[in-house]
Amino acid sequence: MSQTNRLQGGQIDRSKVLNFTFDGKAFQGYQGDTLASALLANGVRLMGRSFKYHRPRGPISSGSEEPNAIVELRSGARQEPNTRATIAELFEGLSAKSQNHVGSLKFDFLAVNDRLASFFAAGFYYKTFMWPKAFWEKLYEPMIRRAAGLGSLSMQTDPDAYDKGFLHCDLLVIGAGPSGLAAALTAARSGARVILADEDFAPGGRLNAETFTLGNTSGAEWAQAAVAELSAMPNVRILTRTVVIGAFDHGIYGALERVSDHLPVPSEGKPRQILWRIYSSRAVLAAGATERPIAFRNNDRPGIMMAGALRAYVNRWAATPGKSVAVFTNNDDGLRTASDLIAKGVKVSAVIDSRADGPAFSGAEHLRGAVVTDALGRLGLHSVKVKLASGEIRQIPCEALGVSGGWNPNVHLTCHQRGLPVWNADLAAFVPGSLPPGMVVAGAANGEFSTAAALASGAKAAAGALDALGLSAAPADLPQAEDAPTRVSPLWYVPHKGRAWLDQQNDVTVKDVKLAHQEGFRSVEHLKRYTTMGMATDQGKTSNIGGLAVMAEMTGKSIPDTGTTIYRPPYTPVPIGAFAGRSAGADFRPKRLTPSHKWAAEQGAVFVEVGMWLRAQWLPRQGETHWRQSVDREVAATRGSVGICDVTTLGKIDVQGPDAAEFLNRIYCNPFAKLPVGKVRYGLMLREDGMAMDDGTTARLAEDHFVTTTTTANAVGVYRHMEFCRQCLWPDLDVQIISTTEAWAQFSVAGPNARKLLQKIVDPEYDISNEAFPYMGCGEITVCGGLRARLFRISFSGELAYEIAVPTRYGDGLVRAMMEAGREFDAVVYGTEALGVMRIEKGHAAGNELNGTTSALNLGMGGMVNKKKDSIGSTLSEREGMNAADALNLVGFEPVDRSKTLLGGMHFINRGAPADAKNDQGYMTSVAFSPSLGHSVGLGFLKNGAARKGEVIRAVNPLANEEVEVKVVSAHFVDPEGERLRG
Amino acid sequence: MAEHRLKPITPLGGDTSRKDTFQGVTITEVVDTALASLSARASQAAEFRAAAPKFFGFDLPAPARSASGGDYTAIWTGPEQWFIEAPFATHEDIARIVKQGFGDAASVTEQTDGWGRFDLEGPRVRKVFEILSNLDLEKLPSGGASRTVIEHLGCILVCREAGARYSVYGPRSSAASLHHALVTAAKAAL
Amino acid sequence: MIINHPLLGPRDSQEFVYLGDASLIDRPDWQAENAVDQFHEYLYQRTNPAGEHQELWFHEQGDRSWLVVTRNTLTHEITAVELARDVARRRGRSK
Repeated sequence: MSQTNRLQGGQIDRSKVLNFTFDGKAFQGYQGDTLASALLANGVRLMGRSFKYHRPRGPISSGSEEPNAIVELRSGARQEPNTRATIAELFEGLSAKSQNHVGSLKFDFLAVNDRLASFFAAGFYYKTFMWPKAFWEKLYEPMIRRAAGLGSLSMQTDPDAYDKGFLHCDLLVIGAGPSGLAAALTAARSGARVILADEDFAPGGRLNAETFTLGNTSGAEWAQAAVAELSAMPNVRILTRTVVIGAFDHGIYGALERVSDHLPVPSEGKPRQILWRIYSSRAVLAAGATERPIAFRNNDRPGIMMAGALRAYVNRWAATPGKSVAVFTNNDDGLRTASDLIAKGVKVSAVIDSRADGPAFSGAEHLRGAVVTDALGRLGLHSVKVKLASGEIRQIPCEALGVSGGWNPNVHLTCHQRGLPVWNADLAAFVPGSLPPGMVVAGAANGEFSTAAALASGAKAAAGALDALGLSAAPADLPQAEDAPTRVSPLWYVPHKGRAWLDQQNDVTVKDVKLAHQEGFRSVEHLKRYTTMGMATDQGKTSNIGGLAVMAEMTGKSIPDTGTTIYRPPYTPVPIGAFAGRSAGADFRPKRLTPSHKWAAEQGAVFVEVGMWLRAQWLPRQGETHWRQSVDREVAATRGSVGICDVTTLGKIDVQGPDAAEFLNRIYCNPFAKLPVGKVRYGLMLREDGMAMDDGTTARLAEDHFVTTTTTANAVGVYRHMEFCRQCLWPDLDVQIISTTEAWAQFSVAGPNARKLLQKIVDPEYDISNEAFPYMGCGEITVCGGLRARLFRISFSGELAYEIAVPTRYGDGLVRAMMEAGREFDAVVYGTEALGVMRIEKGHAAGNELNGTTSALNLGMGGMVNKKKDSIGSTLSEREGMNAADALNLVGFEPVDRSKTLLGGMHFINRGAPADAKNDQGYMTSVAFSPSLGHSVGLGFLKNGAARKGEVIRAVNPLANEEVEVKVVSAHFVDPEGERLRG
Repeated sequence: MAEHRLKPITPLGGDTSRKDTFQGVTITEVVDTALASLSARASQAAEFRAAAPKFFGFDLPAPARSASGGDYTAIWTGPEQWFIEAPFATHEDIARIVKQGFGDAASVTEQTDGWGRFDLEGPRVRKVFEILSNLDLEKLPSGGASRTVIEHLGCILVCREAGARYSVYGPRSSAASLHHALVTAAKAAL
Repeated sequence: MIINHPLLGPRDSQEFVYLGDASLIDRPDWQAENAVDQFHEYLYQRTNPAGEHQELWFHEQGDRSWLVVTRNTLTHEITAVELARDVARRRGRSK
């Protein structure tokens, strides 16, 4: 059985035979086929099972609106569920599987659900699984999850890449059917920059599916010629396999290009898909229309499809879903399907026209005033029951049935910015209402259904858009084309006591809508949520209007008064991977590497992410098997001799200008005006609400030149805040700021031998003795024989310490030179972990303490808030609530039992009090094992803590039922008098 | 500058600059440019305006533009702020040199090593930028310059020759990530 | 969204960081008698209009200008974009 249902002609390349499998069975198709057209050509109508009742289903469409023929493509990591067979391009070796069945496609064990239909009606899980309560998690939910849902994931990482890109145009044309091509030609010939996007791989839209002529050529040939002309123009970009998914603000459109979906594997370096962000001045929406079904009993049998889709399969793909075909229509367009089938030599068993007064049709039996009442053939249609005008029921054999209930313009993108479509009674359809700025609609999307009207409206839309842009378009040279009127008599469903399907993807029947009405879910939005109509991959493209028409009938309201649900992007499904683009896995975000990264990596450093930075966390030496061994050694070596740490990550902001000092005075709560040149001062920056924002040191290099540092985490935010102050609050202060974080490689050199080490690095003409270069001094120097550098005598560790900075390119050389110079002192490089331990031992606040909820007073720096000047946060620091007698104070804690470990986040409770929120005394912010003291130490905020030193309280962790008795101590565990750093 | 003993490394961590070649585009790590920011001081606006053409030999460019002459190229980076490029070999100490030309009329800050520079050249270079930058390169003329976002990073894009040669300055610490993005984009687009 | 930058022309809002109500420019006088009350109003009391709104945007991935953008919060229509520095001066702010 090979392509038994393949006809003559069509736009397929019969010289290119493609082998593929469906559910493991081998088939052949041709280049130009979709999976659906190739399966139909091979006599396969059954392609999947439905979501809820597991009913056998076949394709009802030939496009992206498909609700039924949803398959899994490929295997292994590339397995892709919920792919529409109707738009999946066939390629050599394609493997596809049907989904949503237990057992085989033909024998699905869960088809029992269909027998239990009365149990599964709309809203069933809201009612059925209410009791007993305990059954929900253990029984009902797992059962429903197993039974419901569509395809399955491979559970492997997607091996393909996705890109994001940006395109710009004067005019975006959405859809390359007759109206879109006419619009693109008109605009392109005028010289405008045009982007033409179409979801199909073959531009032309319905021209590829119809037998019309345009001028002297076929529609498909005319489309090819138009595309050829457009492709040759440098001002035109044609995006095929590209669906415009959304109309966003100010002319921005989203579009998904399926670059490699039609290939077995993307070419080397190429993305699977690209998500384009298209910036347009104007857009023409030429998205065409979608045919809608008429619901009747068992209208979901495989073999029943839209009449226009049937025509497309026959004309474009030369594939018929059956040897004998019937047509059921309420409009003239359905009659075309019958004529085209006859022209292709397919037997038309009957044309069933619901209109008693419809036009005459010859060539097949024409039953006017008749309706289809039932369809027979569970796994594939074999006949339909027809109720004739006389009332008589007749059974007509047919393997396929083309149904046409009329066409709905694809108004979706017109509604993405709160637009509502309007009802057109002549067309019995919604047409675009208010439009997003810059958009015009043409062709069938605008309810202009004839080919001639589509061409003319496309050309007119483009000319209008160009006119608005100040470009003049030459009058379009349009071919002669059919111009048949639209004649339709609305028919939404054929009344019957059986189940008639509205939404085939979600298994919603006419009865379900009636039930929703009966139970009070009458607004269309409620109807949607209650029945699930219009959800999932097709978003109700074929079903929504039918459903709301039934609801309108029930409520007695008109269809326009009933209204549609909101149309939201995306127009068709977009893989999450496309939204992520290349920002996945290790490339999730860019990394920032420190100047000593290369050296540290050579040493085997363990790195930690600090924001975007990768910093050395510790540098293990041979024989060290636990991080604590490395960290304890680094701390001991630094406090005992000398350690080096890369501190480049701290934000550095150059502040210059005659008003620089005044500016700093206002952004820090403590004064800077009188800081002498050559000195450094610690600064605390508050938010306007009085909470601490950031801290750092500021060095005065010249009268009008400061370098201020921020914490690593806040560098970006502090810079933004400083620009806000400079531009918005004090626009006439003559101060200039710029970030220099990356320009300088900066290292902390700390420990009793720090000076001795640096004396070997700093050029001898610079005296860095304690007398010449005291604590908090700074200056511009040279190092290693003349390289410009900066030296700051500041300390975070509490030791005698300096920070030395050289241009970043020399940072690698400097760390190597310092390690060489430090060899005689057993110098170490220490990582962020040792840095943290030493700052906790010294009682310095860091990010854990500057956590956005703490004030200067909480931090023990209340006295720094200068009342004699204006600064950000100074006024609101005076609020009563921030100065309460029992305010939190930053203090130190040590375990009474020295063997106990402290945990960050522990809360403090007085001895004897219950451990509850009412008795909360504060919380632990930072903890470390102190190698210097030999036990755990902690910093934390304690109510009135400054006055409670010596008191023993409890640090509790109620989550793990842990508690440790701690003694309240000074936060300065090491060298509380600060003698070392001044030595 | 004096002959000191520290060996520099490039933003990508190499001893010499890196070059990647694709069909129709090359990507080169450029390490021979010195860079400084130049900001006008409002209180000496007239002096600043007078000093600029005198020092550079050309007027400082308008927003979104760059201008060149002699050793210098000035790139507009913000209101009353420009980045000044000069050859590294002769202008390593660029901040001091420029400051001498402007005195108290300007604030000058060394930026050389704050940035990693990559030049993208070739007839198909705009294709690569389509998946990197939201800027409309067809409308960016020779000499056009803009600070924008590439690979989540704030970068400066300078059009040296429209359609043919562009420079991207990105934060030096992220040079490896930026380079990876440029190379990946070139592979995808070309 | 597209923000029409007064110096650079149309730019994608992705390049900007949003702060909030442009009334944040009007920072009170710290020496006023009821300074604490005034600062409280300034910092915490905002209107939240469904319609035209003046708001502060920072061109972080661009020229580092703070802008005052007049935007309709219902339609996203932007009717004016100015440098915040100019707006601040117009509102009487200086040094």
